Amino acid sequence: MSTSIFDIGAPGRGAAAQRPAPGDVSDLPPEALRRKPPRLPEVSELQTVRHYTNLSRRNFSIDNQFYPLGSCTMKYNPRGAHRIASLPGFAGRHPLAELAASQGFLACLHELQEVLKAATGMAAVSAAPMAGAQGEFAGIAMIRAYHDARGDTERREIIVPDAAHGTNPASAVMCGYVAREVPVGADGDVDFEALKAAVGEQTAGIMLTNPSTCGVFERRIADIADVVHDAGGLLYYDGANLNAVLGTARPGDMGFDVLHVNLHKTFATPHGGGGPGAGPVGANERLAPYLPTPMAAKEGDTYRWVEPADAPDSIGRLSAFAGNAGILLRALAYARMLGRDGMRRVGEFATLNANYLMERLRQQGFELAYPERRASHEFVITFRQEAKEFGISAMDIAKRLLDHGIHAPTTYFPLLVPECFLIEPTETETKEELDAFVTALTQVLGEVRTDPERVKTAPHNLPSARLDDVKAARDLRLVHEPD
Amino acid sequence: MPFIPHTDQDVATMLDAIGAPAIDDLFDEIPASLRCGPLDVPPGESEMEVTAALTQRARRDEPGPCFLGAGAYDHHIPAAVWDICSRGEYMTAYTPYQAEASQGTLQLIHEFQTMMAALTGMEVANASVYDGASALAESVLMAVRANRRSRRRGVAGAGRETATIRVVVAGAVHPHYVETARNIVQGQGIRLEATGFDASGTVDLARFETLLAEPPAAVIVQQPNCLGLLEPVNEVVAAAHAAGALVIAVANPISLALLAPPGDWHESGADIVCGDGQPLGIPLFSGGPYFGYICTRREFVRQLPGRIVGLTEDTGGQPGYALTLQAREQHIRRGKATSNICTNQGLLVTAATVYMSLLGAAGLNAIASRCHATTRKLVEALTSIDGVQQRFTGPFFHECVLDVGRDAEGVAEQTAAAGITGGLPLGRWYPELANCLLVCATEKRSEADIAAYREVLCRILIHAERPAIGSASEGSR
Amino acid sequence: MSETPEELHYASSHEWARLEEDGTVTVGITDHAQDALGDIVYVELPDEEQQVEAGAEAGVVESVKAASDIYAPVTGVVIAANEVLEDAPERVNEDPYGDGWFFRIQPDDPGELEDLLDAAAYDEMCSEEE
Repeated sequence: MSTSIFDIGAPGRGAAAQRPAPGDVSDLPPEALRRKPPRLPEVSELQTVRHYTNLSRRNFSIDNQFYPLGSCTMKYNPRGAHRIASLPGFAGRHPLAELAASQGFLACLHELQEVLKAATGMAAVSAAPMAGAQGEFAGIAMIRAYHDARGDTERREIIVPDAAHGTNPASAVMCGYVAREVPVGADGDVDFEALKAAVGEQTAGIMLTNPSTCGVFERRIADIADVVHDAGGLLYYDGANLNAVLGTARPGDMGFDVLHVNLHKTFATPHGGGGPGAGPVGANERLAPYLPTPMAAKEGDTYRWVEPADAPDSIGRLSAFAGNAGILLRALAYARMLGRDGMRRVGEFATLNANYLMERLRQQGFELAYPERRASHEFVITFRQEAKEFGISAMDIAKRLLDHGIHAPTTYFPLLVPECFLIEPTETETKEELDAFVTALTQVLGEVRTDPERVKTAPHNLPSARLDDVKAARDLRLVHEPD
Repeated sequence: MPFIPHTDQDVATMLDAIGAPAIDDLFDEIPASLRCGPLDVPPGESEMEVTAALTQRARRDEPGPCFLGAGAYDHHIPAAVWDICSRGEYMTAYTPYQAEASQGTLQLIHEFQTMMAALTGMEVANASVYDGASALAESVLMAVRANRRSRRRGVAGAGRETATIRVVVAGAVHPHYVETARNIVQGQGIRLEATGFDASGTVDLARFETLLAEPPAAVIVQQPNCLGLLEPVNEVVAAAHAAGALVIAVANPISLALLAPPGDWHESGADIVCGDGQPLGIPLFSGGPYFGYICTRREFVRQLPGRIVGLTEDTGGQPGYALTLQAREQHIRRGKATSNICTNQGLLVTAATVYMSLLGAAGLNAIASRCHATTRKLVEALTSIDGVQQRFTGPFFHECVLDVGRDAEGVAEQTAAAGITGGLPLGRWYPELANCLLVCATEKRSEADIAAYREVLCRILIHAERPAIGSASEGSR
Repeated sequence: MSETPEELHYASSHEWARLEEDGTVTVGITDHAQDALGDIVYVELPDEEQQVEAGAEAGVVESVKAASDIYAPVTGVVIAANEVLEDAPERVNEDPYGDGWFFRIQPDDPGELEDLLDAAAYDEMCSEEE
């Protein structure tokens, strides 16, 4: 590690240029005031800049490395979109500013809502949710509101495939439902017979990702929709993998009633080391009245917020203001640069890159989890053989790949494939980059056979060797302690 | 093809390797009936065209001096903050699951956790949730889990038939926060009950006592409250703890450099502190992205939602950082996770960490005291106008409620038309305060800004009726 | 190979139960379970005097990559919890049938133990799972 910011300061030091002259607080009651200053860094401006610049160099990032992290869609984040979102009129606008001083922003928000409607085949969109998981929460809360409004209050279960993102069952439970898992079959599709057996009058709805978390298109989606709808349940589309089918197939046409879109995936807003994202929700006519607020509305040439009176059945607000507005602006700028043809090509080339990479790896002897299937925009390979033969885990291989200057794919997800990688190259990578990945991974696989110790003890070329996460959890050191 | 690098030759070679005649064949597992035609969106534009079009829109919203706070504050942001945040290494990295390839982000978050714990007077902090309002919702869920009495009654994850769990909202807590929290927690059988505020604009202690008679799982109090006033937090904590309820404090982080930290309230201190990190170096951004923070005592760390970074060692015995306590989170614990949160607000945490490092305790204290003093000047200037007065007389931090003697909506509209963001018409939150504006002056507001606002307000309130009076004599009392 | 002592009773959810001479039942997780979980980093135990139901959740055990609920094998009242595990959860890995025990129950009906699996049946179940 680098020396902590807390260990490079000196008492009384600070970035004086950032300090206004203190104000008089003698009118405040003394008992309301802080007695001892908080222990914060005491460093100069240069020290701060240098410290955090140096820290940044200990990160992998899309700007520096190939980052084929499955399910995360780590594609190029256009700089132009970032600059647009940072324009003074947007960055300086107060969220509660008067309507007259908000027309530019509201026009953008409304336009994004329209773009997302078109891309997903939904009747209405609210861009309020601040991440995919909050979009899921909103969607399930809408399903619950819909059933409750009909006096249909005995439905207790939300069905999720056992391969689903962990957020799916967690969101269902947050809404007061029980998450009921159904198995995914050996071909990567949901086990249809098991699903039919699980659906009933207790079913409030089902959450599906399509293409699924196994990197394949759920072929019987239309049948699944019929079964769930016939039982009175509704379908939720987890939009984590929308990138694969953007411009080719729309969730609205597949029978989904409500969905979210991860703008930080499909619409190329940067991940920021963990966030922010945005998770707009879309709904068909049936569920549109329940969409969360705020939303933008257009009347003639002017824009306004959707008022509570316009949306009496809304599940209400999920944030202090209007969601992650800056992310919405980035997504709009990106969507406008893509346009109609560009959007279709996103899905096409993401799929081309994934299938090419899958085929190359198959030829190199890697074991595919679903060898009979087309890849969507991502695919799963498994190292169960290597684990058995050489005692090497997928995590070991992931760490060794870091030594080659490539960020590891997602490991151990989906949970039902042992020792797996979920690999998502995205459409913005060149064929050369994919070929280099194949070379590197093949080299690691060779090393597994010739020098397994080297792989087990990787990484060797990074700022840290393998970190002990058992120690981190047993001996919790969550804040910097002074010497 | 804006961001797709493939040449025709690449495509041909790749299809050949796959053994597919055309890209379209790669979609042959999608039933034909589910394929869509061209999307109903306009053709693509160049970066230059999009920039020009959206710049035109942004210009329409470019604000003049901002005297509006209400949960989002217009502070000065040192240039270094976003210069550092815009580095691709921070901006285009994913969540630091691969610790060895993410030591930068991990160490930064660990430093952030340390800073937030210090500011709030707590022992641990998480790596952020979405915003202040969702932080309150998560804090409520957390308090209910942590409060064993409530837990024995059976709460989270138990399905729809659980007994109602009560949480009391003491005093004037930001209505958007309360509404958000209510919307998020109600599915789990948790009910928020509000004391409202009394004539002083702070918690109605008599009503508070009544609501504690049947002990709630937790009590929420905001300091300074959403009307800018200081709540009697020591009394609130004493009463809540006496009743066996946990205390959730909502706090503006800038204020914590000046005001007593929640960990010091009464003798026992608040149990959970949450709020919005926007004042720490994040632009107003039309409402987001900001970030929500949650800090707590160490004993409740396993109930804390979101990511947490711990210091550990690598195999060579060298110190390093890793995400820890991940078994609380949805990717492992699924339906039994502490929260469904996955993506958080990492980049904004980066901004706040750089901001707090630059400012330090002395700098933050200077900003907090400056905001207070500037807001006092603003209040003095505006209340010198005939008919404008302070609605509540208790001490305030950097926001104040002014009664302008007429519908404040119209007044705010007119100040906006004059190029000034004049404050929040409080009728939107509390019908009984329809004649009131909530105003705020940060360290950025100059004497000239205040004078300009005064002049505009004078014109709106007085000039309209007596157009002949010159500005020099306006409103003298 | 993991160890499965003959004299114990086993739940299909991987807890073991031992009838003590004083009529109480000691509960822990099996060697097979600790091995599958990997390094245990945290154990959440029931409170003393807490009523537990056979087959209902009574605790949680966590490793860095998994978390599992612990189910009470018999109905009764918890009379002791192994506080050593709060600071030394690794005892579960080191000695699952000894120092790594979780809690002790005063059972309503010790006969419920007979509803559990014996060592051979448990071993068979584990080998089928693999």
